[in-house]
Amino acid sequence: MELLYDPIRLLLATAKDVLPVIGLLVLFQMVVLKKPLPRPGRIIFGFCLVLVGMACFLGGLDLALFPVGRAMALQLVKGAQAGGNDIWSAYGWIYLFAFLVGFSTTIAEPSLIAVANKAEEASHKAISSMGLRIAVAIGVAVGITLGTFRIVTGTPLYIYILVGYIIVAVQTFLAPRMIIPLAYDSGGVTTSTVTVPLVAALGLGLASNVPGRSPVLDGFGLIAFASLFPIISVLGYAQLAQWLVRRRNRNE
Amino acid sequence: MAPIIVVIALFQILVLKQPFPELFSVLMGLGLVIVGLALFVVGLDMGLFPLGETLAEEFARKGSLFWLLLFSFALGFGTTVAEPALIAVTREGARAVAEAGLIDNSPAVILRYALHVRLTVAFSVGAAIVLGVLRILRGWPLPILIVGGYILIMVMTLFAPDEIVGLAYDLGGVTTSTVTVPLVTALGVGLARTIRGRDPLTDGFGLIALASLTPMFLVMVFGLFVH
Repeated sequence: MELLYDPIRLLLATAKDVLPVIGLLVLFQMVVLKKPLPRPGRIIFGFCLVLVGMACFLGGLDLALFPVGRAMALQLVKGAQAGGNDIWSAYGWIYLFAFLVGFSTTIAEPSLIAVANKAEEASHKAISSMGLRIAVAIGVAVGITLGTFRIVTGTPLYIYILVGYIIVAVQTFLAPRMIIPLAYDSGGVTTSTVTVPLVAALGLGLASNVPGRSPVLDGFGLIAFASLFPIISVLGYAQLAQWLVRRRNRNE
Repeated sequence: MAPIIVVIALFQILVLKQPFPELFSVLMGLGLVIVGLALFVVGLDMGLFPLGETLAEEFARKGSLFWLLLFSFALGFGTTVAEPALIAVTREGARAVAEAGLIDNSPAVILRYALHVRLTVAFSVGAAIVLGVLRILRGWPLPILIVGGYILIMVMTLFAPDEIVGLAYDLGGVTTSTVTVPLVTALGVGLARTIRGRDPLTDGFGLIALASLTPMFLVMVFGLFVH
């Protein structure tokens, strides 16, 4: 019964979330521009696909990834506490897990795939969609790893963010100009439907299981890290690519 | 999807050395995620992207600044209110704030607090999109806006209550998610393509970056007023 009930409820919830957006677009098209919808059949079919796709996606996430992620965060903390007091070696597996989770969820992120394809199209293939996705995924992985380290050690969040902002500000002056807006955007794009539940499960699980940490003060911040570090890594990717091109030109 | 399955399976088998809990439901969930992802991406390309881009181009060509800015604000506000990830995180945040004793620990108060935070965030995203559209129209340099925003956020952090800072920082990343990103990107790229002398790459992107900054600032302002 549960299997029949859940997808329908989920589809309705998704529809309630997506319908206002569709309504808004149709309203502006019909009332303000006073034009009929171009190819309405195709657009409606596309909306249906988005709706069903998102419902399946979220349902699958709840069924598979969220409980598994939460359970694993718990088991890993228990393992670390059994392993002794040395923070670096005891929590090593957590850092590795955080890195790999950050990387693999970001590579699979639908919003990122959409934006990376747009970027490849807009730059006339100067930026490769896959290269951009890898750069962003490395940024998220490093961000989440550092974020778990912060939760384990309990150091204040704003210091990390301040240092990150300074690095971004410096890179902004050095990186090729055309990549800058794209790099800034990739920070916001990464943290969505796949990443957020897993990362939130990880952060709250860690903060409530590591002794001396409070979920309110220490459990947050992972998502902030996951949006800041991709900016650094994408700017770095652009700087590296520019440097390689220059070196090749010099050699020829 | 393959990488994440491999990561979790490897950790479960090699590090934790425990059997997978509820293997059947997990496998079914994975199947749903893969099918959903495929449908979602195909649907975006068919529905949301073309319509968003046509609308953005129409509004840019129409030359009416008022309607363009109104459309931008409505798009930012509407898509953010509908964002599932934001709904989940604001509830989680409100619950944590209630447990810390800053607001009454009753479901009605928590829900109202979460809704207020969500509306604050939606308003910030709407404002950010308006600012970003003005930037594309006027050709203001993005780095100055962003670095200026960073400085404002850092100054605000000094004044805001400690309990709201973590949530505010996280909300900056959460706001721009599945629904918002494709539409806002379409607006930016469509606008930059329509206006002469604007390059879709340098001018079209950047809206999402602004939409991640303003919520951090305004949620901290919100925290200052409420606590």
